[in-house]
Amino acid sequence: MPSPRYHREIPARFRLEAGKCAGCGRVSYPARKVCPACRGQEMEQVKLSPRGTVVTSTVIHVPPDDFLNEAPYAMAVVETAEGARFMTQVVDCDPSTVLPGMEVDLEFRLIRKEGKSGILCYGHKGVPGSV
Amino acid sequence: MVARTGNRTLFQATHGPLPLSQRGEKRQNARSVSFGSISGTLGYPVRVPGDTTFVKRSWHQEVEMPGIVGYGAFIPRNRIKSEEIARQWGKDPATIQRGLLLKEKSVPGLDEDTITISVAAGRGALARAGIDPQKVGALYIGSESHPYAVKPSGTVVLEALGLGPEIHVADFEFACKAGTEAMSVALAMVESGRVEYAMGIGADTSQGAPNDALEFSASAGGAAYIFGREKLLAEFLHTYSYTSDTPDFWRREGEFYPRHGGRFTGEPAYFHHVMSATQGILDRSGHKPEDFRYVVLHMPNGKFPLAAGKRMGFTQKQMETGWVVNLMGNSYSGSSPTGLAAILDVADPGDLILITSFGSGAGSDSFIMKATELLPERQGLAPTVRSMLDNPRKYLTYGEYAKLREKIILND
Repeated sequence: MPSPRYHREIPARFRLEAGKCAGCGRVSYPARKVCPACRGQEMEQVKLSPRGTVVTSTVIHVPPDDFLNEAPYAMAVVETAEGARFMTQVVDCDPSTVLPGMEVDLEFRLIRKEGKSGILCYGHKGVPGSV
Repeated sequence: MVARTGNRTLFQATHGPLPLSQRGEKRQNARSVSFGSISGTLGYPVRVPGDTTFVKRSWHQEVEMPGIVGYGAFIPRNRIKSEEIARQWGKDPATIQRGLLLKEKSVPGLDEDTITISVAAGRGALARAGIDPQKVGALYIGSESHPYAVKPSGTVVLEALGLGPEIHVADFEFACKAGTEAMSVALAMVESGRVEYAMGIGADTSQGAPNDALEFSASAGGAAYIFGREKLLAEFLHTYSYTSDTPDFWRREGEFYPRHGGRFTGEPAYFHHVMSATQGILDRSGHKPEDFRYVVLHMPNGKFPLAAGKRMGFTQKQMETGWVVNLMGNSYSGSSPTGLAAILDVADPGDLILITSFGSGAGSDSFIMKATELLPERQGLAPTVRSMLDNPRKYLTYGEYAKLREKIILND
């Protein structure tokens, strides 16, 4: 990922900042300028709670080059209490146990390294819920 | 002595050893100084350029010290047992466990480093402090495994924690005492009145060469502390530092693993500095070992802190709560700060706590603090150290450990 784009995405990736439509209340993550539900353009900044529920998941056995050493690993669509959904890795557990309905906490982790000497890209990953 | 020029006031705290001959004189000159009474035009003590007069503050003065308003810790979930490492290198596990008193250690995942540990610990500290992150005016991170050689860990951490951009940030390095170094400076920034709150973090994903004694202890973890003046969880009473040039452990630029002087790391390094700093702060404060309910000394292995504590008159009961090394290893800059977090997790109001760090090279920082009435209600607002030691963990084989610690040479 080019550094400028990574930099622009810091609010969403580092702090889980999302956008909430003032008209219909739909939460978009990452934040959008136009609401995909009602096309309203008045958006309020909200912060997602750092936990959610797995909606659907899969296990990656043949990963992209940057993730070769992590396979097999679980990818999941996670929904937070605010209704925002996004795809993330779920780590620190057996990937086969990551199934719909699983509660996860969102922890700040290293997502990937930009090659051997490039920048380090951080964001959030799911881990088994603490409650 | 307080120097005043108009409404300008100069304040300087004394640190470090005081010649024995001056100690009596210092006590006689002791006077009560509160920060409110020496405030300068900006509401905090101001250094006046060119003015050679300064305040020498005695440790016996009744100075309103700032303290901890929030703390948090983080320990990765992966573990490797000492016997698994011993088996790999043909060593007797019982001898290792008996000699180093290490049962297992934490291991960072491929996606965990000093930055991610600092963020997790920092979030716990903010949760317990209950303050607006924007009011944190300084962030210091002590580590000997900052992920970048050039680019601060602190910039990533401040964005993730929602601090800044009006904030002073620096990464510190002083082997295993970089964490208390960060805490010392954060405390001083609040003490001086420069900032309302300051955060000091000690975190590491420690390195230890394969088949080296360090491999049994070098682990991952850290703790974060927010310092302030109001709603304290622990009031800081005294600080003291003791430092000399002692080449007991080092890592040259570009080298992957640290080197050490074997037995030289013991008496002239760890024991000399830890005991000198601890004795120094006891002398300055007038406290005796039995005054403390909890004591934590830096934990390079299980044996050293217990031996040093015993020599100075501390009991096992005083030391066992902060002695987390047997289950998590030595998280270098995170070691004694994590032990302190384990103590704060269970301390009662009024408990007196002593912490002494050690960083090779070499030096020690000692702090004395007292738990406040507010501490118990904040203890449960973030994960406790004990919960992270006891909750489900993944035990690794040596092969998995070598992969996660990137000890295996791979093609590009």
